[in-house]
Amino acid sequence: MKILSRIYTGLIFLFLYAPIVVLVVFSFNQSKSRSVWKGFSMRWYENLFRDHMILEALWTSIEVAVIAAIVSTVIGTAAAVGLKKMNKGLRSVMLTLNNVPMVNPDIVTGISMMLLFVAVFGTTGLLRPGFGTLVIAHITFCIPYVILSVLPKLNQMNPSIYEAAQDLGCPPFRAFMKVVIPEIMPGIITGMMMAFTLSLDDFVISYFTSGSTAQTLPMVIYSMTKRRISPKINALSALMFVIVLALLVVINVRQIRDMARRKKENY
Amino acid sequence: MKKDSWVASPFMLWVVIFTVVPLAMVCWYAFTDSTGAFTLANIETIGTYWGYLKDSLVMGAVATVLCLLLGYPVAYVMSRASWMAQQTLMMLLMLPQWMNFLLRTYAWMTILENNGLINTLLGKIGIGPFHMINTKGAIILGMVYNFLPYMILPIYSVMEKIHKSLFEAANDLGANRVQTFRRVVLPLSLPGVITGITMVFVPSVSTFVISQMLGGGRNPLIGDVIERLFVGAAPNYNVGAALSLVLMVLILISMAVMKKFDDGEETGGLMM
Repeated sequence: MKILSRIYTGLIFLFLYAPIVVLVVFSFNQSKSRSVWKGFSMRWYENLFRDHMILEALWTSIEVAVIAAIVSTVIGTAAAVGLKKMNKGLRSVMLTLNNVPMVNPDIVTGISMMLLFVAVFGTTGLLRPGFGTLVIAHITFCIPYVILSVLPKLNQMNPSIYEAAQDLGCPPFRAFMKVVIPEIMPGIITGMMMAFTLSLDDFVISYFTSGSTAQTLPMVIYSMTKRRISPKINALSALMFVIVLALLVVINVRQIRDMARRKKENY
Repeated sequence: MKKDSWVASPFMLWVVIFTVVPLAMVCWYAFTDSTGAFTLANIETIGTYWGYLKDSLVMGAVATVLCLLLGYPVAYVMSRASWMAQQTLMMLLMLPQWMNFLLRTYAWMTILENNGLINTLLGKIGIGPFHMINTKGAIILGMVYNFLPYMILPIYSVMEKIHKSLFEAANDLGANRVQTFRRVVLPLSLPGVITGITMVFVPSVSTFVISQMLGGGRNPLIGDVIERLFVGAAPNYNVGAALSLVLMVLILISMAVMKKFDDGEETGGLMM
């Protein structure tokens, strides 16, 4: 039984990783073929770094993700704080609306915002579809995740410490910055990281809201898969995979070590 | 303290302008013609797209069932593993998700192609070639591959919370492993299953990328139709909006049904 379940889990993970291994292996292929191995080469990596369109799109993606992460974190954190103080009826309405971009299919979120941008641009000349609309769209789908990661931290917080700070003569805003913010910081950071990665990874919503002037990396990848495919994509995938792997290992190893230590202390 | 809720006002403004208004516009476009006059014509034309809609629902459902069948045992095994193994498996499960799903789908293109990896390898031992890419099977495979972790994670996270003492209690009361699973693990894991099903079904039904890359445009789904109507050569926002509205309503209905089913389980325990 134990062996069977191990084999089964192994097979599922093999299924999850095999395509990635194939991608990475063929990124080093000498020839353009994606199925016949013709010897080791780094030429696709060299080509990748000479491709201005890809590099520019990568830069756009990072810019959009940084702006979207910062703005959505500020708006979302303030929203979470405000939501807690709101009367129940309004709060549940706002929380439901907050869920809309998360439960709606991406394609519907994308086309609905596209309709708004096209209409506003058509009637007023403002919000020309491009970088600006892309950023707005990304902020919109990031905010819900920030709110949902900050709210639980606010709920866990003991409200008396905020009151205690004020009783000891701290002005409300300062008490908020010195007491509440540090307390909910883990939630804020999680929310910001989620916003950043979601923004970096998004294709569908960007595809509908960016017009033709701004291209993010996933959009370039999409257009590359539609044209004659070059192993440059393989090289790009391999690089991205290695970067993510490194980041995740660093974060997780630290976290696991931390948790293991805490577990030991508890016993 | 109530006055402090003003800090949520940027959020409320943002939600109204960029979530509520756009959705209202979808409804408005769905019920008007190109001149802006009220019409039901868009809704009526949906009948001609019924085939695509049905294909999407069926393929999304098949992918969801496959994810459930494949993912449930993995979640169970993970939840019963040692703490260190759980952390490692979690990380291994998340890792591919951090790679853009276009790239993951592209990987399957290179594997399934007529002169792709599988056919090349099979050719060496004299079998094939098989036609795999641009079929419905390939699309379903793409859905399962991309969304399987969305099924495993929520099920795992509810199973992991099942307290050890419940297993011991079941054991003390004379239940064998199968009975313990049926009477304890299965009912308690249902909320996770429900979440998993929606997390796989929604993106599967509404995809247009997977069907384009692995279906080669030969098996268009409702997502492809909507995409063409908005960014294609002959855009028609009105019909596109009507189709999006129908898609949204269908998904909301199926989620409401699932939710009902979930609530019923908690109180009724009809399952056994």
